[in-house]
Amino acid sequence: MTKKMKLSQLSDMLQDLNVESLEGVTIEGDIELNITGGGGLNPALAYALGSEISQISLHMANIGRILGFPAEQLFASAFGMGEMPQPQALPTSPKIQELLASKFEVAKVDNWKNPIQEVTLGATSGDGGSRKSTVTLGGENALPYYFDAEMPHRNYVTMDVFDMPIGMAKSVKGNYEDVINDPAEWAKKVVREFNADMVTIHLISTDPLINDTSAKEAAKVVEDVLQAVDVPIVIGGSGNPEKDPEVLEKAAEVAEGERVLLASASLNLDYERIAKAAMDYGHVVLSWTQLEINAQKELNRKLMKQCNVPRDRIIMDPTTAALGYGLDYAYTNMERIRLAGLMGDDELTFPMSSGTTNAWGAREAWMVSSPLNQDSDWGPREYRGPIWEIVTGLALSLAGNDMFMMMHPTSVQVLKEITQTLYGSIESEEIDITNWIGAEV
Amino acid sequence: MKINSPLEAYKFLPATNCGECGEATCMAFAAHLIDRSHKLTDCTPILEPKFKKKYEELDALLAPEIREVEIGVGDKIAKIGGDDVLYRHKLTFFNQTQLAYDVWDTMDEKALVERVKYIQDFKKFYVGNFLTVDMVAVRCTSNDPAKFASAVKKVVETTDLPIILCSFDPAVLKAGLEASKGRNPLLYAANKDNWKEVGELALEYDVPVTLFAPNDLDLLKSLAKTFAAMGTEKLVLDPGTFPTGKQLKQTFTNFVKVRRAGIDGDREIAYPIMAVPFTAWMAHDDPVSASYWETVVASVFTIRYGDIMILHSTEPYAVLPELHIRDTIYTDPRKPVSVDPGMYKVGEPTADSPVLVTTNFALTYYTVESDIASNKIDCFLWAIDTDGIGVEAAVAGGQLTAAKIKKGIEESGFDLKKDTTHNTIILPGLAARLQGDVEDETGANVMIGPADSGRIPGWMEKNWPPQKK
Repeated sequence: MTKKMKLSQLSDMLQDLNVESLEGVTIEGDIELNITGGGGLNPALAYALGSEISQISLHMANIGRILGFPAEQLFASAFGMGEMPQPQALPTSPKIQELLASKFEVAKVDNWKNPIQEVTLGATSGDGGSRKSTVTLGGENALPYYFDAEMPHRNYVTMDVFDMPIGMAKSVKGNYEDVINDPAEWAKKVVREFNADMVTIHLISTDPLINDTSAKEAAKVVEDVLQAVDVPIVIGGSGNPEKDPEVLEKAAEVAEGERVLLASASLNLDYERIAKAAMDYGHVVLSWTQLEINAQKELNRKLMKQCNVPRDRIIMDPTTAALGYGLDYAYTNMERIRLAGLMGDDELTFPMSSGTTNAWGAREAWMVSSPLNQDSDWGPREYRGPIWEIVTGLALSLAGNDMFMMMHPTSVQVLKEITQTLYGSIESEEIDITNWIGAEV
Repeated sequence: MKINSPLEAYKFLPATNCGECGEATCMAFAAHLIDRSHKLTDCTPILEPKFKKKYEELDALLAPEIREVEIGVGDKIAKIGGDDVLYRHKLTFFNQTQLAYDVWDTMDEKALVERVKYIQDFKKFYVGNFLTVDMVAVRCTSNDPAKFASAVKKVVETTDLPIILCSFDPAVLKAGLEASKGRNPLLYAANKDNWKEVGELALEYDVPVTLFAPNDLDLLKSLAKTFAAMGTEKLVLDPGTFPTGKQLKQTFTNFVKVRRAGIDGDREIAYPIMAVPFTAWMAHDDPVSASYWETVVASVFTIRYGDIMILHSTEPYAVLPELHIRDTIYTDPRKPVSVDPGMYKVGEPTADSPVLVTTNFALTYYTVESDIASNKIDCFLWAIDTDGIGVEAAVAGGQLTAAKIKKGIEESGFDLKKDTTHNTIILPGLAARLQGDVEDETGANVMIGPADSGRIPGWMEKNWPPQKK
């Protein structure tokens, strides 16, 4: 019962059909479509024919659906379409619904191969001295607080004591008025009350332009301070290049065996005498130069080669310029020195010390108000001073400085807290910062 | 930067030595491309179509490792990132850390406007210029989009400074964006919960956005990668700033790691980093302690790779050191630090005017000069050649001596006996020990000025003109 029909007839017939109401219609036997011409038709005709056939196939598919066949699926898989009707498909990429996974990784530095020399200050009775505690600096294999290598020793603070009353910023002076005429009491106070790890006794009265105190008298002050405290000490001269060698020799003699730090050997004085005093009486030398990496190398080399100072008896002071007064050069100089040391320059692999007290020379630390009326109000100086000393020291601690000579109790406390936090030894309650924006402050 | 020698850059240049860029040779220009004192667009020939390919290749090679992100518009636009090195002495750090101080939407309007004005107007003279702060961060503490929008609107009306919109609620951020249209604010922040919505806002409004993943660098990198795929690289990374203890140490480690990975070439995470020293206020109740700790944390992350930070304390004792440490770290360490030695006239000096001596260290010179000029003291000021070392150190180190002072004054053609009525030199207080020597060398009277030039005005009132002997 086969009946042949033309394409158009079929199309017309199906077009007129309301498929919803095709009840009772039966399709029997094969349906044969005989299309002549095929691919050889001209494009316009082929397009028309294609359209016709597609129309038919849609109608046929509709019939198929009515018969319960999932025609959509057949079309989808045949034409590779995800979902059958995609009416508003836009030419953009689909929106990202999930975070793209990524793993963070970073390498450790591979050219920091040279550890910084360890240097110990202070000697206990077992070592021929009388100190209760000692301080060891150096040993680093990385920049300070970096994850590349364990930092073996924390930073230490030595607080300044002077052998005579000196001009001080008001907020510093307030802490020392009761002891300003007694270096031994002054030393006790900084250790007991202000948590100093060490004490520096500056023998400034020996300067011929100040009191020209004799080396012998100055040495007596050193003995007093050694008696008064049991932490390691630093002995500083007046900075007079003619007088200092004599003063430091005498001081070294009375401090024999205590492994003090002699401050300082420099290129503009007879550093050989300082070095010899350190060797003769068992002390450590502070190698001081002015913001110049090559001068620092030269002096260290001379101390080692010419004066035979062993490596574990040298600490460097490459000069501290205060915040806003050249700290940029001090910072860079120290960082370069430390990086050179870590990468193997063995003329620079020594611990470093900073005269952080220099920060008090900055007018922002001590002046009542700005001398410039265009400046915004500087606020109360008693809060300005300590933070000036803290930030000066903190910057250098990040550049590689190990030991700080400081003056203000608040500065000492805060600097110790931040450096020991970065060192990893400060325990503290954990704080949830996930919603910090809404914090009531 | 993928290259670091002038020779490598030179290969891409036209090599005609045309001089259009202001340099005599292409090789000299190449050296300045490497040290970033010239831009590639300064070479006009390479912009011609025939060099297009070379231009594009070289431009890509010269691009900084850390992407540069812009916040704000117009004169006050802030750029962050753009760095190529881990240590400033190797090149310099570019685009100094931007300091944003907060306001919040539950402030009453008057207080908010006053605070914004204070932030905007804060200034401190330093080496010939003023140090200032940079931005206002608006925190949503009300959780109310309308309230936030009105606070943002007020800020936008009050200042041209760039702003940061702070909330984790996309509805609040959207309200803030509407209130600051055209100002290119920084969005803070997308996190693991809101990233889809905040990302869409960043794209829709075409603004930079901060990604916040406290102490989770995998998440931080995933967020950055996802946002890049979504179509924006205007990203700022906040790995979380924990204010105390071992958490703070971890924060430090995170900052170092992120920057090192970026400089080492991990493009997925090579974006500017944000620190939030503000969190110090979550650890301290007392305002002075909180301000101190905030300044300390800010200093750590100015030095170690924070490109932008949000702060709370506007006390001068907090802001001044923050400004100075930022300047310290971002000053180009390769630039000379001295002024030309010689005689400088301050004001309109006459034969009766004082003659002051200082050093040619730029900082000393500018400080002294501004102290004198701002107090309207007419004088002759000598910058003695101390190799760019300050007074105290130069006296100690022998760079400032009587002979140098004599030479310095004579070489400028100035005759103390003929050109002044007083034949007097005023030495800085910190050079007092040179007094006798200078008298002997120059035959002039020598007076000792104050140790700090800020005290010159008071000193002048008491001591000038000098009494006749």
